[in-house]
Amino acid sequence: MDVQTWTYLLVIVTFALYIGIAIWSRASSTKDFYVAGGGVSPLANGMATAADWMSAASFISMAGIIAFAGYDGSVYLMGWTGGYVLLALLLAPYLRKFGRFTVPDFIGERYYSKTARIVAVCCALLVSFTYVAGQMRGVGVVFSRFLEVDINTGVVIGMVIVLFYAVLGGMKGITYTQVAQYCVLIFAFMVPAIFISIQMTGNPVPQVGMGATLADGSGTYLLDKLDGLSTELGFAAYTDGTKNMMDVFCITLALMVGTAGLPHVIVRFFTVRRVRDARKSAGLALLFIAILYTTAPAVSVFAKTNLLKTVSGQPYAEMPAWFKNWEKTGLLVFEDKNGDGLIQYVSGPDNELIVDRDIMVLANPEIAALPAWVIALVAAGGLAAALSTAAGLLLVISSAISHDLIKNVLKPEITEKQELWLARGAATIAVVVAGYFGINPPDFVAAVVALAFGLAAASFFPAILLGIFYKRMNSKGAVSGMVVGISLMLFYMLKFKFGLFDGGKEAVDALEADWWWGISPEGFGTLAMVANFATALLVNALTPPPPEHIQNLVEDIRTPEGAPPAGSH
Amino acid sequence: MQLPTEFCRLSGPARMFTFSGHTNPDNMDQPTRQEHATRYWNANLRIMAVLLAIWFAVSFGAGILLREWLDQFRIGGFGLGFWFAQQGSIYVFVLLIFVYVYLMNRLDAKFRFDR
Repeated sequence: MDVQTWTYLLVIVTFALYIGIAIWSRASSTKDFYVAGGGVSPLANGMATAADWMSAASFISMAGIIAFAGYDGSVYLMGWTGGYVLLALLLAPYLRKFGRFTVPDFIGERYYSKTARIVAVCCALLVSFTYVAGQMRGVGVVFSRFLEVDINTGVVIGMVIVLFYAVLGGMKGITYTQVAQYCVLIFAFMVPAIFISIQMTGNPVPQVGMGATLADGSGTYLLDKLDGLSTELGFAAYTDGTKNMMDVFCITLALMVGTAGLPHVIVRFFTVRRVRDARKSAGLALLFIAILYTTAPAVSVFAKTNLLKTVSGQPYAEMPAWFKNWEKTGLLVFEDKNGDGLIQYVSGPDNELIVDRDIMVLANPEIAALPAWVIALVAAGGLAAALSTAAGLLLVISSAISHDLIKNVLKPEITEKQELWLARGAATIAVVVAGYFGINPPDFVAAVVALAFGLAAASFFPAILLGIFYKRMNSKGAVSGMVVGISLMLFYMLKFKFGLFDGGKEAVDALEADWWWGISPEGFGTLAMVANFATALLVNALTPPPPEHIQNLVEDIRTPEGAPPAGSH
Repeated sequence: MQLPTEFCRLSGPARMFTFSGHTNPDNMDQPTRQEHATRYWNANLRIMAVLLAIWFAVSFGAGILLREWLDQFRIGGFGLGFWFAQQGSIYVFVLLIFVYVYLMNRLDAKFRFDR
């Protein structure tokens, strides 16, 4: 069978599986819809969290980004895993003990204020919408490349599938489809990695193969070989970075703290039965994530070495089939500037080849000439990663609207049945909006997805942390902290990422010299978070302490006994 | 694994806050619920502080601040600092959470919060 047939087969089988699970796990109450009934096992929650967390960006783009960034790519590896340590130790157990449906629920009740709840709803919507648009785009890209359908048709197919299980099953449907999606995506990621690791180093464990010697009998270490190839072509050595240390530090911290503050990750911990289950599922989630995150840098090294060896200095006419295939998608562009028929892939103006970073995972099996079914598997895995994350985000959007905004602020008198239908309606609208952004991507989507972490770091993390660890923290302090943090982050992003105040996107590169303390917009979340903390504590010191029942509430969430079932009021 | 019974600052009205199952008729050697919870919380904070110090050391320490210096040591093809940044820190993160789960479950049992 050829790649195309295999791809159709695998995609249809996995989609049928997701739909089957969705029908089996329909939601019958708001508790089912928001927190999957509150009785998810730690193992299932760990897998679901891992799938929820690992998006199209983790699966498709990350290894490619690292392949071109070398050491600098470590910020994503450490940042997107280290956040789970913060989540497990600082947030998850206490939020589970608190036991409600959403993150704005916690902010609203802990800070005894509708304003606080509304600010939290706005932050949740801002973070989740920017994030979800990128997922739908990822679905479209995979469809268009592997199934050769139009990119927009791909987005619409993805929308229908997500709509089906998110609207029907809510969190319950999402949780169990995510378990299946985790299995699909991790298998799809590991199989090609193991194949290529054996090919290049003779070692079946990619994490070890990355640091091993080449299988060609030369005795050279793979990483030394790659460093050599890179410097020969005028690039920085792979294992050295080009970013300054301060920026690397700030980006890593912003990604970690942002991870811990992302609402679609936090809500997953409301779905388990007890506080100890919340701790355990955080550990399992990170274990499942780490399998992919320790393999990805190995894939980067394999793919980059393979790419340099295959194309650099070689005649264009002799390029293999995959090269021509990817040229058609526009993700690989060759321009023979000096007309010698050879591909000069070098640093600087003489470069003749532009390689989109996403190719490194998607084309990797083809570059390594792996069997057709392995190539097809990558398509199914990419779709699983994108769909699972999209569904988790859509649930946050829908619950922020139906539960936090309508039920708790605008119309408290609606019945549970009405709220459930509202939640379904909100999920439907959210899918349609996300699909619209997938089909008509505003050119800032890719840029903003990375910044969603900065926004989460600058808004939620300090408010939740202080809410748990500082009993005297009051509403005015927390609200002003969130407002200052997220405004500062938005300002910095608009100024240095979009050039809004200096003549548009063209001016952005020139503005790099003006970065505050040399910190990039991606790393600025760290400073915005510090500003949030400082403002919150200052305002708090100047205003009266919270009422006594709030201080008792904080006492209560600090001990794990008798956690109420999630969603009990 | 014993309950902290050395405290005795309790008088009549606070009796309702003592732990059922361990209520002493004399009601003189039980800590208040408040004190009990505070002791639990402080033990929790100590565990957290140690684990977060390790979290910082392997990622920001070994993977970023000391990376260049550590790269002079090699394990296989990896410079040690590079290895921490792209592999080692992640392994330690996973371990840290499971150590936390273990220690907290033990602490919960010790303070009888595990029900």
